[in-house]
Amino acid sequence: MSFIEYGDTIKDGDTAIVFLGHESMFPVKVQHGTVTQTKYGVIRHSMDLIGKKYGSKVTCSKGGWVFILHPTPELWTMNLPHRTQILYSTDISIITMMLELKPGSIVCESGTGSGSLSHALIRTVAPTGHLYTVEFHQQRAEKAREEFQEHGVEHLVTVTNQDVCKNGFGVSDIADAVFLDIPSPWEAIGHAKSALKAEGGRICSFSPCIEQVQRTCLALEEYGFTEINTLEILPRVYNVRTISLQIPDLGKAAENDSSIGFDSSSLSNQGSPCTNLQGSVQFKSGVPVREMVGHTGYLTFATKS
Amino acid sequence: AMEGPRGVRIREGDCAVLKRDEVFKAVPVLRHRKIVFEKQWFYLDNAIGHIYGTTFEVTSGGNLQPKREVEEVTTETKEAGTDNRNIVDDGKSQRLTHDDIKALKDKGIKGQEIVQQLIENSTTFRDKTEFAQDKYIKKKKKKYEAVITIVKPSTRILSTMYYAREPGKINHLRYDTLAQMLTLGNIHAGNKMIVMETCAGLVLGAVMERMGGYGSIIQMYPGGEPVRAATICFGFPKPFFDNLYEFPLSKVDSLLSGTFSAETVPSEPEDNALAEEESNGLNDKKEISLQETEEESAAEVAMEISRAQEQEAMDINAEDVEFKVNRGKENKENVREKQRKQWERRKKLIETAALLREKNADGVIVASKFHPTPLLLTLLEFVAPSRPFVVYCQYREPLLECYTKLRERGGVINLKLSETWLRNYQVLPDRSHPKLTMSGGGGYLLSGITVVLDKDKADSTNLETLNMEEPSSKRCKVEELHC
Repeated sequence: MSFIEYGDTIKDGDTAIVFLGHESMFPVKVQHGTVTQTKYGVIRHSMDLIGKKYGSKVTCSKGGWVFILHPTPELWTMNLPHRTQILYSTDISIITMMLELKPGSIVCESGTGSGSLSHALIRTVAPTGHLYTVEFHQQRAEKAREEFQEHGVEHLVTVTNQDVCKNGFGVSDIADAVFLDIPSPWEAIGHAKSALKAEGGRICSFSPCIEQVQRTCLALEEYGFTEINTLEILPRVYNVRTISLQIPDLGKAAENDSSIGFDSSSLSNQGSPCTNLQGSVQFKSGVPVREMVGHTGYLTFATKS
Repeated sequence: AMEGPRGVRIREGDCAVLKRDEVFKAVPVLRHRKIVFEKQWFYLDNAIGHIYGTTFEVTSGGNLQPKREVEEVTTETKEAGTDNRNIVDDGKSQRLTHDDIKALKDKGIKGQEIVQQLIENSTTFRDKTEFAQDKYIKKKKKKYEAVITIVKPSTRILSTMYYAREPGKINHLRYDTLAQMLTLGNIHAGNKMIVMETCAGLVLGAVMERMGGYGSIIQMYPGGEPVRAATICFGFPKPFFDNLYEFPLSKVDSLLSGTFSAETVPSEPEDNALAEEESNGLNDKKEISLQETEEESAAEVAMEISRAQEQEAMDINAEDVEFKVNRGKENKENVREKQRKQWERRKKLIETAALLREKNADGVIVASKFHPTPLLLTLLEFVAPSRPFVVYCQYREPLLECYTKLRERGGVINLKLSETWLRNYQVLPDRSHPKLTMSGGGGYLLSGITVVLDKDKADSTNLETLNMEEPSSKRCKVEELHC
């Protein structure tokens, strides 16, 4: 396996995702002779994992089972060890499309942070593109390097430990796209411009606060960027539920159930209405989850041309 | 990379996208062809040879001339009011009449100068606040400065364009939703993807762009042939199409039941009888032409391009002097050519069937006008375990059913029903706020991951169901009710 190429079977050294149930999973490094504890019991890597097919059901020592999944940047984003606040897949998706990334693209990124976006970028630009990522925090930079190596993508990424606002990306006239997720992106716009190819490219800056966006937009204009556009994307997730609503008792004659006063089939959206004896109606609904992401950050895009 | 570098030059025959402010239009780049865009007409001849991303001014006679660096109109000592308490709308603040303005335009005066004259002849301009002056200038510029930018097509541009111009053609799939699909589906170089779409080929094009010519794509299509009007607009290099396969939806069942090959594989490539049989006689052909006309009448973009190609073909034919002389010979050759093409198509169909039979695809993307449930339940058969799938639907209800049916089937985990909201902002000093309008809906997605399908029925109450669905007491009640 690697994060950029699917494999069929689990091998020694792979990073796999142990899936216990909805929103309950964790990454595991597969190693001969190692065991992993889950709430369903122990998984022995040599016997339970290595050589098995990705997507298999693995029975743990207590009889419970888990699924072992092939790693993807999206699963990694949901499970990676946080060293910083991270970007999630909803934002990552629009960033990737609006920066026009594809195989062969050269991308500059800062900061590397926990590498959530980095993995997605590398996946998209592989096998011929490259990611230059800059992280001013030394320990984080080193940790990111380690992870890229473990995940078999180190040949597609260069991690540089420096301050992007002072020293830039360490490359010039090379990038098709630049991404900034730093506290003062306006200080890095000049460096971003020189990192981008002379013939042009795209830039994106992620900021939680509108004041940051404002300063960034001014800087972008000052440096001659065009097509400056700020947007925000919000994910809405729905739980699929069977809902049962009781029919009020209006004192109608009890023996004539069918004359309750409505056509139950028109009330049910699945065409399989279910009116029970007590007089309630069943239907399927997509119920918004109780608490949702209300804001992650503003995304400002622009073009160098 | 197989794709050309950024900043490549505009060539004759390219598919380019015209851009004015937020409005896009895809057009073929051809000489001596009048283009109408945003109430302006012009020729693209002069654009050929310039770098994509160049902004042009439309000059008299419909010529394009690269716009030099913005020579900002230095509005002299700025004078502005603080509020509008004394500004009265008497309809007489503009001293220039419609006829005056028309006369200016007819004289071929540059838009920039017209705007300047409008400002000078506006009695209220100086009393307007600085912000209001800004807004006034922007509005007039938009109207009188004939400026267009020619950009290279990309998923970003084409999906934005389609959503704005022809949302019906792409089942109202908004561009941010398409972006989610590509990410949730882990689309990348080297994949073996199954794509089933009726979005004019836009989703296919997006997947092709992300795969960069590496790996393979099998497009499942309804009717006579796949629709790729939007795919053409991307201008992909030829090799991208070598690993693009297509398979008719109507043959999926026979493929799964194992009767496919017997029905369609001909013994001899030149065998006419078999060839005819394979094309299913008239019915199939009718379907093709019907679909073609339908597609053409609506997809303006595709029409533009296919018309251009026809035109080109005609031009070539007209120049060919020998054409008439050799018509007889050519007819025979045409027949042979047709047979050869037919045979090649069939050969590729057999290859495609073989690819599907391996049942090891790296994912499925569905975005169509059809009910998603039967599509997904069938297409998942061809996917390897531990691979993502994404289904788009303009409506939420069919996805609720699809969700339930997938749970019953098993072999999938991490099911998620979602949508995204997209909000655009105006960012200006002291005037930042969300844009006044936002899109009401860009469709819904159901995504998940395949796992090894357990044949043991006892497993159908898999762990995730227990964790995620309704509380167990309620579940019991539901099950009781269902019987």
